[in-house]
Amino acid sequence: MASLQLRLTQPFFSLGRYVMLLAKAFTSLGEFGLYRKNLFVQMVRTGIDSIPIVALAAAFSGAVTTVQTAYQLVSPLIPKSTIGAVVVPSLIMELGAVVTGFILAGRVGARIAAELGTMRVTEQIDALEAMGLNSVGYLIVPRVMAGVLMFPVLYVSACFVGISGGLLAAEISGAVAIGEFIQGARDYYLPFGPYFGLIKSFVFGFVITSISCYMGYFTEGGAEGVGRSTTQAAVISCVYILLSDLVLAIVLL
Amino acid sequence: MIKVEHIYKSFGEKPVLQDVSLTIEEGETLAIIGRSGSGKSVLMKHIIGLLKPDRGRVLVDGTDINAISYSELRRVRQQFGVLFQGGALFDSMNAFDNVAFPLQTFTTKTKDEIRKEVEHCLDVVHLPGVGAKKPSELSGGMKKRVALARAIALRPRYIIYDEPTSGLDPETSNTIDDLIKNLADQLDITSIVVTHDMHSVLSIADRAALIHATRMHWVGTIADLHRSNDAVLRAFVKANEYFIGEPSTPSAARAS
Ligand SMILES: Nc1ncnc2c1ncn2[C@@H]1O[C@H](COP(=O)(O)OP(=O)(O)OP(=O)(O)O)[C@@H](O)[C@H]1O
Ligand SMILES: [Mg+2]
Repeated sequence: MASLQLRLTQPFFSLGRYVMLLAKAFTSLGEFGLYRKNLFVQMVRTGIDSIPIVALAAAFSGAVTTVQTAYQLVSPLIPKSTIGAVVVPSLIMELGAVVTGFILAGRVGARIAAELGTMRVTEQIDALEAMGLNSVGYLIVPRVMAGVLMFPVLYVSACFVGISGGLLAAEISGAVAIGEFIQGARDYYLPFGPYFGLIKSFVFGFVITSISCYMGYFTEGGAEGVGRSTTQAAVISCVYILLSDLVLAIVLL
Repeated sequence: MIKVEHIYKSFGEKPVLQDVSLTIEEGETLAIIGRSGSGKSVLMKHIIGLLKPDRGRVLVDGTDINAISYSELRRVRQQFGVLFQGGALFDSMNAFDNVAFPLQTFTTKTKDEIRKEVEHCLDVVHLPGVGAKKPSELSGGMKKRVALARAIALRPRYIIYDEPTSGLDPETSNTIDDLIKNLADQLDITSIVVTHDMHSVLSIADRAALIHATRMHWVGTIADLHRSNDAVLRAFVKANEYFIGEPSTPSAARAS
């Protein structure tokens, strides 16, 4: 009975605690001077250090989408330039942001949760608080800000690398000439596409870092708890990336 | 002066502290003793507001720390130095930066002044020259001493030590006891020492408070402690291989 009640109230409890954590983060913005050094460290760890893996994933997404689109377009009635018209918008509007999001959920989200979780269970967060510091401001604000600032950068890189990957695959496989590919991309270019992708990347950056900070900050139960938080941070971030992806598509398109 | 007034604290269904009251006078050294899991660390966390009581109040210099805003609470906390049970060193920083951290954060001292201050604090805990080491490269006892250096860096009015000597060899334990005593005497710091090491209690504390079965079971001076006939207290002390009533032989103690 008690456990049923707990299960029913748990989501509301978590949501409330998440909102309160963000509110506490927001009120600490006034002391940002104290945390600025941390922001740069986090921007490097979240952004710069993620470039290689994001580029790798984006290049492959671009290449695979190109090859598979070419495979599907068997009819001689459809011009080959259609391949560019399909691949480029998919990268800009969906794959660029979502693939980057999944990778960062694993790479950055898990790292944040493990770091903060370890700090929680070894009383380092208590130590910060005991000194009279705002631990939320010190630990969470720089991480979330770094996510929101660096994710769009990663998204733009992913788009460039992804399109290059597509071009390269087109060239190597001989599916379509580069000129045709680009022509198709131009003809069907949506001016709103890059904005849509950028908005997504802001949102995903916030979703991943804030959820992972939440999971890590409220870790309980020693090393095992850190493991649990880490996994949950990655999984729950992915779920909320998909959800917010859908919501943004419905609201903005 | 710190006053804990009738606090109750449960985790889930499980009561940890019930109707616990305690007064810590200015300048004294009070030992909080009790078996493992009796709630000593929980009580200590209430004193700096890291945990909130379900009922009851905690007053620091007359201020109820659970009735003030977060920014006011943070100002109250800045008067405390806390040594956590596991040291709680920041493992992203080396030993030097750990000790320097409160100085950099809360003072306007120059880099040079901070360096001198940190070196002084590391000397005080008999760890000169370990500044460049990361916490992962330090032994348990060394971590504790670096954490102690960090706790005293800002010369707080109150220091709380959570098990400062547990897990340390007898010699290092004695060094830490001496250190706590010296700090208390020289800087007129009010000290709260959470421990189950009776040797520490007898050598540094003015008074002791025993938590037993979620209650504040016994509070008194060290002289009272020697005279007391309280069965629980005697059992606790005896389990630490000490014999009350024979203060003249403050035991071959830890050396054995
Ligand atoms: N955050 C928490 N959540 C749930 N239970 C807790 C929490 N903190 C402490 N407890 C429980 O409260 C009790 C007292 O814990 P506490 O850490 O205060 O013991 P202690 O007296 O410091 O023991 P030790 O000497 O081993 O450090 C324990 O039974 C512990 O399981
Ligand atoms: Mg304890």
